[in-house]
Amino acid sequence: MPVSYAEGGAAIVSDTILSVSDVRARYGDEHILKGVSIDVPRGSIVALLGPNGSGKSTLLKAIYGLNVKRSGTILFRPQGREAVDLLRLKPHEVTAHGVNLVPQLANIFPDLSVYENLEIGSIGDRKRTVERIERVVGVLPLLRHLLRRRAATLSGGQRQTLGIARALMSEPELLILDEPSAGLAPNIVDGVFAQVQEINRRGVSLLIVEQKARQCLAIAHYGYVLDQGRNQIDGPSARLLEDPEMIRLYLGARRRQPESH
Amino acid sequence: MLNEWHMGSLLLQLIYNGLVEGAILALTGLGATLVWGIQRVANFAHGDYMTLGAYVAFLLDVTWSTNPVVAAIGTVVATAALAVGLHFILLRPLRGRGLVALSLITVGLGLVLRNALFLVAGSQPRQYAFNQTAVIDLGFVRVAPAELWTGIAAITAVPAVAAMLAWTPLGKTMRAVADNRDLAEISGIDTDGIGLYVWIVAGALAGLGGAMLALVQGTFDPNLGFNVLFLILTVVVLGGIGNAFGALLGGLVLGVVMEVSTWPPFFGGVPTQYQPVVGFVVLILLLMFRPQGILGRARVL
Ligand SMILES: Nc1ncnc2c1ncn2[C@@H]1O[C@H](COP(=O)(O)OP(=O)(O)O)[C@@H](O)[C@H]1O
Ligand SMILES: [Mg+2]
Repeated sequence: MPVSYAEGGAAIVSDTILSVSDVRARYGDEHILKGVSIDVPRGSIVALLGPNGSGKSTLLKAIYGLNVKRSGTILFRPQGREAVDLLRLKPHEVTAHGVNLVPQLANIFPDLSVYENLEIGSIGDRKRTVERIERVVGVLPLLRHLLRRRAATLSGGQRQTLGIARALMSEPELLILDEPSAGLAPNIVDGVFAQVQEINRRGVSLLIVEQKARQCLAIAHYGYVLDQGRNQIDGPSARLLEDPEMIRLYLGARRRQPESH
Repeated sequence: MLNEWHMGSLLLQLIYNGLVEGAILALTGLGATLVWGIQRVANFAHGDYMTLGAYVAFLLDVTWSTNPVVAAIGTVVATAALAVGLHFILLRPLRGRGLVALSLITVGLGLVLRNALFLVAGSQPRQYAFNQTAVIDLGFVRVAPAELWTGIAAITAVPAVAAMLAWTPLGKTMRAVADNRDLAEISGIDTDGIGLYVWIVAGALAGLGGAMLALVQGTFDPNLGFNVLFLILTVVVLGGIGNAFGALLGGLVLGVVMEVSTWPPFFGGVPTQYQPVVGFVVLILLLMFRPQGILGRARVL
């Protein structure tokens, strides 16, 4: 069978860095997630796909505890003796444990300089700020000449890069990206995916929400599809790219991919 | 000739006064904009925090005869403590109720503070123990001792606060939270815990601004700060809500514009009692042509 149809309660595979099982989430009375389960293996890139409004961003907010009521199980480093129950933490504490998130919109501090954006990123360990800025600028060199600029003046691609750089400043083990390619010109999109791969090569595990499903699966190791707040299809990305059901429902024609904003 | 010379020196005098008044508006407006941007409260009691500061300074200066520096420090500590106390007792338990509800509560809070002062201190005008008739010639302007002290306070406090915002971790953290609260939280900042520091800064600056305003006016009563509340809120909007540097700049600009508008060569000079109208006109013009504030940026959602 090419794909498994996980319906809650995915088993924890060996060396998982993030394990989400049977998570429900709501905004007030609006129930958005109705039992979602995903695993992120350590060192991997996991793609989280699905149509607009299916609850992908809501799942990321639920993992982080941002502005959404959630229940279920969300464990960071689930196997170790010090498994961290993210449901008990505030967002800034999640970051302190080694996670970071780049939201889809509003992912920089526009009134601050690029340098200050990076400084805020390592607020948890200020002594190492300068060293970390050097390292992050090494990974994302296009920022090197922008450090003095006010972040509000950056272009879309530069903003996205700064958003990722800000998140890397806390040296996360797990980096979560919400549609990093949204709204960017096609040539810049390639650059963003290349950045993601480079970050992964340096040992960071990644969970990425994307609308550009084919491109994202091309760099991901594993993929999940959410629809209407539930798991639909999941599997290794090479298999998903060839699965007829997946192609028919979620990958569409080769040349036309759904855009989202 | 003599008249022209006189007008020139009067203009310098007005600019000096405007900068001092502008510094008062800048310092208090900064506190109000941080509170608004970070704590999500338009604090209508901010003027009354100032008034309380003026009375604490009066207690220290006149009743207990301490020197002006000690009085200033005592005042700042007292109003910071008041602001922090009210944060924990009243505003923090009510957080999350929305900007309008919380702001309406501060209207009531201001009323209570004001009337408490009328009750305790009485309505008679008070003045500090400065010689009101002495004149010190600084070369370009001649000032009374009280004006000299407020000038010194303005010249030290505004750059000190600007440096704190620009270079210290607390300053950067507060600007980050005001700019993008969720992202600040994601970056590892305890955005709930930062409220304590915001109120310390806002309260301290309100107290300092209140004592300075009382000095500038010569006499004051329990309505001192309430009378300038509108100007403080104008400064917040002028600078862009939550924009710290915008409030500092907005306050200074508003102070100078209001003073210089009374200069006779400027359309015969606006009568002093209409100065707030000038502030109102500045606000309307700004809202028409630059609704995001001087340093604010257009916010997309
Ligand atoms: N803050 C919110 N309050 C209420 N409903 C929301 C909120 N954010 C998102 N939603 C709703 O939740 C559903 C899922 O949204 P989202 O998780 O953003 O989808 P996706 O990221 O997959 O496009 C949508 O129907 C959306 O309208
Ligand atoms: Mg989304």
